[in-house]
Amino acid sequence: MATTHKNNSLAGPEGSDVMMVRPFKIRRMIKETDDTFSLELGPRDGTRGFSFEPGQFNMLNVFGIGEVPISISGDPTKTDELLHTTRAVGTVTKAMKKLKVGDTIGIRGPYGKSWPVREVEGYDVVVVAGGIGLAPLRPVIYYLLANREKYGKIVLLYGTRTPEEILFRKDLEKWRARFDLETFMTVDRATGDWRGNVGVVTTLIGRAPFDHLNSAAMICGPEIMMRFTVLELQKRGLVDDKIFVSMERNMKCGVGLCGHCQLGASFVCKDGPVYRYDQIRGIFTKREL
Amino acid sequence: MENLERVLAEHPFLKGLEARHIELLAGCTSNVVFKPGEFIFREGEDADKFYLIRHGKVVVETFVPQKGPLLIRTRTKDDVFGWSWMIPPYKWHFDARAMELTRGLALDGKCLRGKCEEDHDLGYELMKRFATLIAERLEATRLQLMDIYGDHS
Repeated sequence: MATTHKNNSLAGPEGSDVMMVRPFKIRRMIKETDDTFSLELGPRDGTRGFSFEPGQFNMLNVFGIGEVPISISGDPTKTDELLHTTRAVGTVTKAMKKLKVGDTIGIRGPYGKSWPVREVEGYDVVVVAGGIGLAPLRPVIYYLLANREKYGKIVLLYGTRTPEEILFRKDLEKWRARFDLETFMTVDRATGDWRGNVGVVTTLIGRAPFDHLNSAAMICGPEIMMRFTVLELQKRGLVDDKIFVSMERNMKCGVGLCGHCQLGASFVCKDGPVYRYDQIRGIFTKREL
Repeated sequence: MENLERVLAEHPFLKGLEARHIELLAGCTSNVVFKPGEFIFREGEDADKFYLIRHGKVVVETFVPQKGPLLIRTRTKDDVFGWSWMIPPYKWHFDARAMELTRGLALDGKCLRGKCEEDHDLGYELMKRFATLIAERLEATRLQLMDIYGDHS
């Protein structure tokens, strides 16, 4: 099983330069939680649509402030809608949160390897998301549901810090109501009025309904969460070449030129962010990296 | 009793126990039902039981004065909860409350402590199972303490 690789040569679609920043208009600002928001964007340069693969990211440029890599969190089957979800934690994302509908933002991309949604056709698919890690995995869920007949069971395990920090509530409500998608959620901590599960996301894996001999897992969240999730999946019998993780490093150029995001012998922006676990397990826990 | 033994033998926590041990456990076991919101035990009370959940959901929690209950961990179907029955001074350290209608089995800890003293094979089998459970809870608690979704992550 190999991961899908969107071509990242320096020539972009229709011969354009992949480093070129395109202006996009903010169509909608969606407050997801106290510090997390989504931007719905549309091109200002007259081009139509924006195609991407689930798991890819764009470089978003707040003019005069800076540029950050942000995963695309929308539906890959809808090319007229480009969504990004991020937390306001750094200079650029804090400035981005202050932008208004109608403002312009710069985009270049999409970059990076995507989740192997086509390679896992015929398998049960276990999607494990921690915190804002649900954002780069939401396109996977959209894609799998749009092609539902091609997969076995689809299981979403989602953990976050508190009930107030649950992302994409409307989607989660819809997904939980479906008979062809098993959705389990948990929070790390809660107070008396919470009716759902309490406990870290790894505690959901032991009981998750999937056939370990015929499953693939896609994991995104803080690296500690991914490490322990891998351990639990291995306990369930999943083999390393059926486990995929999304890594995050300090990405700058997005095309593997600058070296800021080097991870061992690879560049996360170009060779990742999605990696097959057996290909990076040797460096997954290396302190120096 | 035969039915109770079958239910015990089929529970994931007790899977693999010898029939004679299941028979011993059945002598200390009763069926229990808890209504939504009902407390199963409270902090400081004698810990004289442990529970196997057959249906429903239970939360282990602690009460913070002027703030209310702080939920620590939920337990659902096929889970086990309560190990204070095997560790002196045999007192509950937290509260347990049914979040929904919950059915299960209560195993009498006092009765079991006596049987484990008499039959160390049974004691060892139970100890192995509880050690695994406690290790899993410890790891989960460490992850919770790391606050992995915080700003530093």
